[in-house]
Amino acid sequence: MNVTAMNVTAMNVILSSIRNCAKNLLLVSGLLFASLALAAGSAEKGKTAYVKHGCWQCHGFMGQGAVTGPKLAPNPIPPEAFSAFVRFSAGGMPPYQKAILSDEDLADIHAYLQSQSKAPDYKSIPLLNP
Amino acid sequence: MKRDDRHPDVSRRKFLAGVAVAGAATAVTPSSANAATEAATPTAAPAPRPSALPPSMHVAAAETSTPKELPRIGGVAGSDFMVDVIKTLDIKYLPANPASSFRAIHESLINYGGNKMPEFLTCAHEESAVAMGHGYFKLTGKPLLTLCHGTVGLQHATMAIYNAWCDRVPVIVMGGNDLDAAHRPPGVPTFHSAQDINAIVRDFTKWDDTPVSLQHFAQSFVRAYKVAMTPPYGPVAISLDAGLQQEPIHENGEKLYIPRYVASSPPQGDTGAVKEAARLLANAQNPVIVADRAARTENGVRLLVQLAEVLQAPVVDQGNRMNFPNTHYLHRPPTVIGNADVVLGLELSDFWATVNSYFDNGEHGIGVNTTRIKPGTKLISINSAELLTKSNYQDFQRFQTVDVSMPADAEATLPALIEAVKAAIPNDRKAAIEKRGEAAKKAFAEGRERAKQAAAVAWDASPISTARLSMELYAQIKDLDWSLVSSSGNVSNWPNRLWPMEKHYHWLGASGGYGVGYGAPASVGAALANRDLGRSSVSIQSDGDLMYAPGVLWTAAKHKIPLLSVMHNNRGYHQEVMHVQRLSNFRNRVANLGGDMGPVGTSIQNPDVEYHKLAESMGWWAKGPIKDPAQLGAALREAVKVVQAGQPALLNVWTQPR
Repeated sequence: MNVTAMNVTAMNVILSSIRNCAKNLLLVSGLLFASLALAAGSAEKGKTAYVKHGCWQCHGFMGQGAVTGPKLAPNPIPPEAFSAFVRFSAGGMPPYQKAILSDEDLADIHAYLQSQSKAPDYKSIPLLNP
Repeated sequence: MKRDDRHPDVSRRKFLAGVAVAGAATAVTPSSANAATEAATPTAAPAPRPSALPPSMHVAAAETSTPKELPRIGGVAGSDFMVDVIKTLDIKYLPANPASSFRAIHESLINYGGNKMPEFLTCAHEESAVAMGHGYFKLTGKPLLTLCHGTVGLQHATMAIYNAWCDRVPVIVMGGNDLDAAHRPPGVPTFHSAQDINAIVRDFTKWDDTPVSLQHFAQSFVRAYKVAMTPPYGPVAISLDAGLQQEPIHENGEKLYIPRYVASSPPQGDTGAVKEAARLLANAQNPVIVADRAARTENGVRLLVQLAEVLQAPVVDQGNRMNFPNTHYLHRPPTVIGNADVVLGLELSDFWATVNSYFDNGEHGIGVNTTRIKPGTKLISINSAELLTKSNYQDFQRFQTVDVSMPADAEATLPALIEAVKAAIPNDRKAAIEKRGEAAKKAFAEGRERAKQAAAVAWDASPISTARLSMELYAQIKDLDWSLVSSSGNVSNWPNRLWPMEKHYHWLGASGGYGVGYGAPASVGAALANRDLGRSSVSIQSDGDLMYAPGVLWTAAKHKIPLLSVMHNNRGYHQEVMHVQRLSNFRNRVANLGGDMGPVGTSIQNPDVEYHKLAESMGWWAKGPIKDPAQLGAALREAVKVVQAGQPALLNVWTQPR
């Protein structure tokens, strides 16, 4: 019998930790992770890579985020920080090393996230203002 | 029960045993077959010999005429008395899958008992029957009774019993069993009997018993009800002997009686511990209240609001019950624990994980633990679960040292704690407490804005975002007296974040033991309760959960239980999708998707399940698959009309993973 569903508290803890890690990485990325800079990628290829490598599982097909993983798009973090996080995550997200996710695919995924259009202001959506 | 052999010639039990033996006679020795046949027939007759000759008049008449009336058992059936016992308690329904081992009480319930209090509800799986009782209790505060085969039926029921155990929910489970191995029918009835049927559920029931007399049954049943209904609540099991059910009452000079049920009061916290907790809370700079199964009733919600307002302390609702209105400005996310100097935990199933975090991302497969609280933070626990622990199955998780520990029922302790806190607040703290409330109002408003903006991301996505699904649904039910009876799929807590949940029945919590397959049957059980209470039930139904025992859909249609079930169909066992991906990453291997979206063994696609057709085949109004968010509102409107007319309705909606 499957026993599933991580409890909500644990999810929130993971979410919070990922956010904190991402913020920290963003701040130091310019100095520490300059070597991890990504070449410009293809959003179209990135859409395929995003699904193939399972990013959608925690972050949703559009990178919108969920209780399992933070929002990645629109406006993803800069490529250097993005790369550093994906390669070395020590928080809720398992790291992806080059052997399973190439730099090229990673750059494409970033391009895909960057291509996502800005979310509408919630005030313009009647269902969010019942 | 040992069989009564005082009237061997008219024993119906033995007659039936003989009938069962006849079919299997070739498998036993001639002498034993003869002995069984001898015992089974009122008068011994020579065994017929095979013959090619046409039958004589005598033989033809013997083989074709109406047989003489079968011997009957005189007196009142034992199972009739059992029904009398059951009827003294307030048990409205009996969801069950029929089984021969309880045929006698089944017959008594529907004929002698008139199929009322309890009413038999036909279920297609024992797991569904128990989970229906689980969902029903959370709305009514009253337990249901279920019957099952003591062996195979109880084996089916176990996961649902475990969920009830972990979720502190009372369900009364009676398993049919034929203890008397010397006289019970051979064949299937023997395979469906055991010496101790309750052994399989003993680790996760509060109490069980095997009555050997009718008077014993009367005491055990009332005791079972009382044990189950005393907080901490929990499931109980009774082995129901077939002989005891079927034999007539033999009072042996003693008059049978039914003990009167008197409810036990819930355990309240020790006075000294309550005062110490109040002192800590009243003098804290940043007290935080965390509640999991604290509010057993609507009054529990009111009491928690009172305590929070007296202290102007934020409340983190962990969600296994609707503990605190999410529209109240003191309703806060778990991150507030980081600033706390005193944390009051109310009925927490896991205090350790409340104040610590765990990342499944350490080396060698070992997770990383970090604290979430400041050094010196004082911890107070009020938890009735401490009064009930078992050695094998454990749901109390890691050991957490606390400063004040009350093994007591939180709701019962809150009135004393509120008064003690009021008395303990120093005059010079009152202004600071008021200021704390003002800051909480601002933080609450900002949090709501952030949640709504997060919901707007991917608003028009297909598959449909879980935020959009939740808000389209809310738009159609907001003017009804609604009750979200289950949210078995993880939809990122959008209903809890965006729907105004103020009443105890707006949210019922989860399964308790995280045994998948709870959502569908618990929803039907809760919808049954809401039907009688005049409320509208909605559930967000995950695909994997429904696949375990979809027959409960038929039960809902059969018994006219209105329920709007909106599927969160993400086409996978999504928690496992992520787990296998995680392990692939840890081992530096590309996850094998096998042509699906998730790793092999975790997807429910290729073929895609047409849940709307499944539901339709079982008597539901259904529609789908809906993949375009623009079509969802109209479909929901249609479905709500069906449910308002008293029928169940299901929408199969393709959704984002979480």
